[in-house]
Amino acid sequence: MCLAIPGKVTKVFEENGLKMGNVDFSGTLTKVCLEYVPEIRVGDYTVVHAGFAISIIDEEEAMKSFEAWQQVIEASEREGLDIYGNPLPKKEAE
Amino acid sequence: MKYLDEFRDPKVARRILSEIRSLVTRPWVIMEICGGQTHSIIKNGIDQLLPKEVELVHGPGCPVCVTPLELIDRALAIAARPNVIFTSFGDMLRVPGSHKDLFMARSEGADVRTVYSPLEALKLAREHPEKEVVFFAVGFETTAPGNAMAVFQAKKEGLKNFSLLVSHVLVPPAMEALLGSPQNRVQAYLAAGHVCTVMGWEEYEPIAEKFHVPIVPTGFEPVDILEGILQVLKQLESGEAKVENQYLRAVKREGNPTARKILSEVFEITDRKWRGIGEIPKSGYRLREAYAAHDAEKKFAVGDLETEESELCKSGIILQGLLKPNQCPAFGAECTPQTPLGATMVSSEGACAAYYKYQRLTEKD
Repeated sequence: MCLAIPGKVTKVFEENGLKMGNVDFSGTLTKVCLEYVPEIRVGDYTVVHAGFAISIIDEEEAMKSFEAWQQVIEASEREGLDIYGNPLPKKEAE
Repeated sequence: MKYLDEFRDPKVARRILSEIRSLVTRPWVIMEICGGQTHSIIKNGIDQLLPKEVELVHGPGCPVCVTPLELIDRALAIAARPNVIFTSFGDMLRVPGSHKDLFMARSEGADVRTVYSPLEALKLAREHPEKEVVFFAVGFETTAPGNAMAVFQAKKEGLKNFSLLVSHVLVPPAMEALLGSPQNRVQAYLAAGHVCTVMGWEEYEPIAEKFHVPIVPTGFEPVDILEGILQVLKQLESGEAKVENQYLRAVKREGNPTARKILSEVFEITDRKWRGIGEIPKSGYRLREAYAAHDAEKKFAVGDLETEESELCKSGIILQGLLKPNQCPAFGAECTPQTPLGATMVSSEGACAAYYKYQRLTEKD
């Protein structure tokens, strides 16, 4: 149940008094309940669990993670270390 | 895929692994609570990539696995009624009760149906006013808001033929029970990311403090899990014990306030029995009195049913992190996904199923 992958909201509508939406999981469209993420909008990414969106992916926080990793990798490469933290052989260092 | 490929990037994963290797000075035991994380760990071989000092043990975070036998037997008794449409998530159909599973009940003529969302069960209740529609409400804090919404709607719409067989369990009391056990080996937790999207992490702070264990809510992709392990190890190595969030893109400290509000409207906290572990105080939800008309246990009076647990099945101690699935003598022999002895081999989140599926037949050392 928990291996939810993020999906993109493509449509928002109401059904039986509940806020619902279509969510695109890499080409698979699924109808989900959006009541627990009232501020969600078309184009947002969300984590869906058993038919309910439970969280909106925070783009800013996701970007912070990517940037932090990139900095670590670049810094270690500048120091002549590979991604394992081992010294890079000189001719293979880019 | 956005927000997925980046968290599966081998370059990032290797960089985090190298940091882990350079950090570890002595043996540590870390438990991942969530069965979804167990599958990700075994599938991606994370347990085998880690330095030998770091041992991951698998926690009780599979709702299907911890659903007590009595509840499965009650589900079977309700499903056998002639006027009932019994609905459940697919995993529950093959979990063995004392004598059979829901799948067998269906082959014997019971109207047992798989649904993807509790709202589908509610739809069945609207469409079949002449039938009683029962939904087997299992799961942790992640699934509970959906089930709460279904019963909230049923009451609002005056649907009297919809009820829940409630077997909801809560994660923090189980974490606390494991830490308090004399057999405990767990020194730190990767907390279940999606449980925290709903509940946040305030509840973990007193646990981290009381037992002096680092707790890190973690996502499900390989980089998430490795980063969570790195954060936990940094704390362990420096003697710290606090809650630190790895799963920043999905989890906030307060969780999801809208979902938490409806949870407390519909459910109240109760003691719950966990399959293989036993009763844990204040570790579950039951319907509040205002929703008693939608409580399947009351509606169908299925209280005292005798149960018989398999003596061969070791899932109880596996769920407590005291035994690895492939150390169980029945693993892959008497117990396979085709002929499961216990829920941990049935469920798509079960630790035994993960080891079987990904052919984890021998220990790394």
